[in-house]
Amino acid sequence: MRHIITIIKKQIRDTLRNKAVFIQFVMFPALAAFMTKSIQIEGMPANFFVKLFAAMYVGMVPFTNIAAIISEEKEKNTLRVLLMADVTPWQYLAGVGSYVFFFCMLGAGVFCLLGEYTLGERGAFLLIMAAGILASLLLGAAVGAGSGSQMAATSVTVPVMLLFSFLPMFSTFNSDIAKVAKYTYTEQIRLLLDSLGTESGPLEGILIIAVNMILFAGLFCLLYRRQGFRQGRPALTKN
Amino acid sequence: MTTLIRAEHIAHSFGNQKILEDISFTVERGEVIGLLGPSGAGKTTLVNILTGQLKATGGSVRTGEEGRREPACLETGIMMDSFGLYERLSVWENLRIFADIYRVSGERIEKLLDRTQLRTARNTAVNKLSKGMRGRVNLCRALLKDADILYLDEPTSGLDPATTWKIHQLIREEREGGTTVFLTTHNMHEAETLCDRVMLLNQGKIVEQGVPGDICTRHNSRGEIEVTLRGGEKHVIPNAPESEILLSTWIREEKILSIHSSEPDLENVFLRITGRRLCD
Ligand SMILES: Nc1ncnc2c1ncn2[C@@H]1O[C@H](COP(=O)(O)OP(=O)(O)OP(=O)(O)O)[C@@H](O)[C@H]1O
Ligand SMILES: [Mg+2]
Repeated sequence: MRHIITIIKKQIRDTLRNKAVFIQFVMFPALAAFMTKSIQIEGMPANFFVKLFAAMYVGMVPFTNIAAIISEEKEKNTLRVLLMADVTPWQYLAGVGSYVFFFCMLGAGVFCLLGEYTLGERGAFLLIMAAGILASLLLGAAVGAGSGSQMAATSVTVPVMLLFSFLPMFSTFNSDIAKVAKYTYTEQIRLLLDSLGTESGPLEGILIIAVNMILFAGLFCLLYRRQGFRQGRPALTKN
Repeated sequence: MTTLIRAEHIAHSFGNQKILEDISFTVERGEVIGLLGPSGAGKTTLVNILTGQLKATGGSVRTGEEGRREPACLETGIMMDSFGLYERLSVWENLRIFADIYRVSGERIEKLLDRTQLRTARNTAVNKLSKGMRGRVNLCRALLKDADILYLDEPTSGLDPATTWKIHQLIREEREGGTTVFLTTHNMHEAETLCDRVMLLNQGKIVEQGVPGDICTRHNSRGEIEVTLRGGEKHVIPNAPESEILLSTWIREEKILSIHSSEPDLENVFLRITGRRLCD
């Protein structure tokens, strides 16, 4: 537990220094706030921008963040040092994971306040966001575990992120894409957020998100076994 | 004396390239042992194996008297130049992370900052530090906990003489405090002045090991002596009967300032054994 807290503290200190990450956390909620307040078109669905940006946020921010953190620590050999100092891989993951989760939930809280929801809906909104962020984290951790450097991670995160963010977007225009997109967690998050306040049953959505999580966790285990946290890059002097 | 590390027949290859072959040695508690070899000899690879970062393709590393305990049981401090520091965090924040992990007090960090003369850089982000300062932060981190053994991989490579001297001073202090030090270097002066024992590594093999002075004496194969005369003139003459007349003349004329056995230094021993220089 002590080690986990140390990792979280370290991450928070780092965020204050790392503007790029900080902006990522803040950008989507800020955009949503700005759009909601400034753009009002007749006949626009309720909470349109909140739902739009919240779904994007879930698909992008936790995913790219955790992948970037893990891969940077592998590249710079800091993760190796932590592990040699008797921090276990699970403590490390729990540390960076709960840090990203916590910050993303703050963002989710902002979205939640922006939307016009009843109290019960707000609770459901946060639960949906939490599930999405968790799935996103698992996928990001898998990418981080599988890549030895930040560059390598980015070359994977960008296409994967586009896939998961754009499938849901295009599915609204094209029913063929919708058939495939249906099985992504991002699409289900979008649908669940849409269904807030309606009576449609969320069971299928929850199931698909759960299956997504299990698959991502499996992927993580696979890549972790193959690459590990230590073996990312031997600590040799010249490379 | 307790044997801290017992390495037996360590071998390592990257692919089919042999890097280390049949390396055997022991490290006794409290000694400073130096691994001396030119660039590319395999020093870092051996340190990686000893510290458990790399799995050797052959041989074993054990610790303790009976040679049964695993190296993981030892408290280990490591300083390597590729060793990650958090670039955006300050010196103090970097050390704090590990102080928290080791349950070490902030006071100890402060003391180490003083010892390594990093106090002025305390709140500077690591990515704004010079190479020598990063090296010292790394050393600080290695010294944070009371280690049984300290691995220092080329701690002074590429540093100016003043910083090098400071680091040597710190290593001496550590040894006086009873810490065992495993030091790699390609600087033979460093090895001669700091180490109780050295191993000469060339192309993955240990070609010679022992106390620096002993090694040099052993390789004084030509049995020569060096005579310095009062005028500053130096003569290397055979340590044999044929030098008798010359020597007695000098003595009679009170010309001699000093007489030494003319031993090669480690650099020359290395050159004689391998035909290579240490610092190519
Ligand atoms: N990960 C690796 N894959 C393949 N070859 C490697 C790897 N790491 C090191 N080598 C090779 O192993 C040899 C020994 O490298 P090592 O870094 O151990 O040398 P060194 O003695 O530490 O050198 P230096 O004094 O320059 O630090 C070199 O020829 C190097 O090219
Ligand atoms: Mg090296």
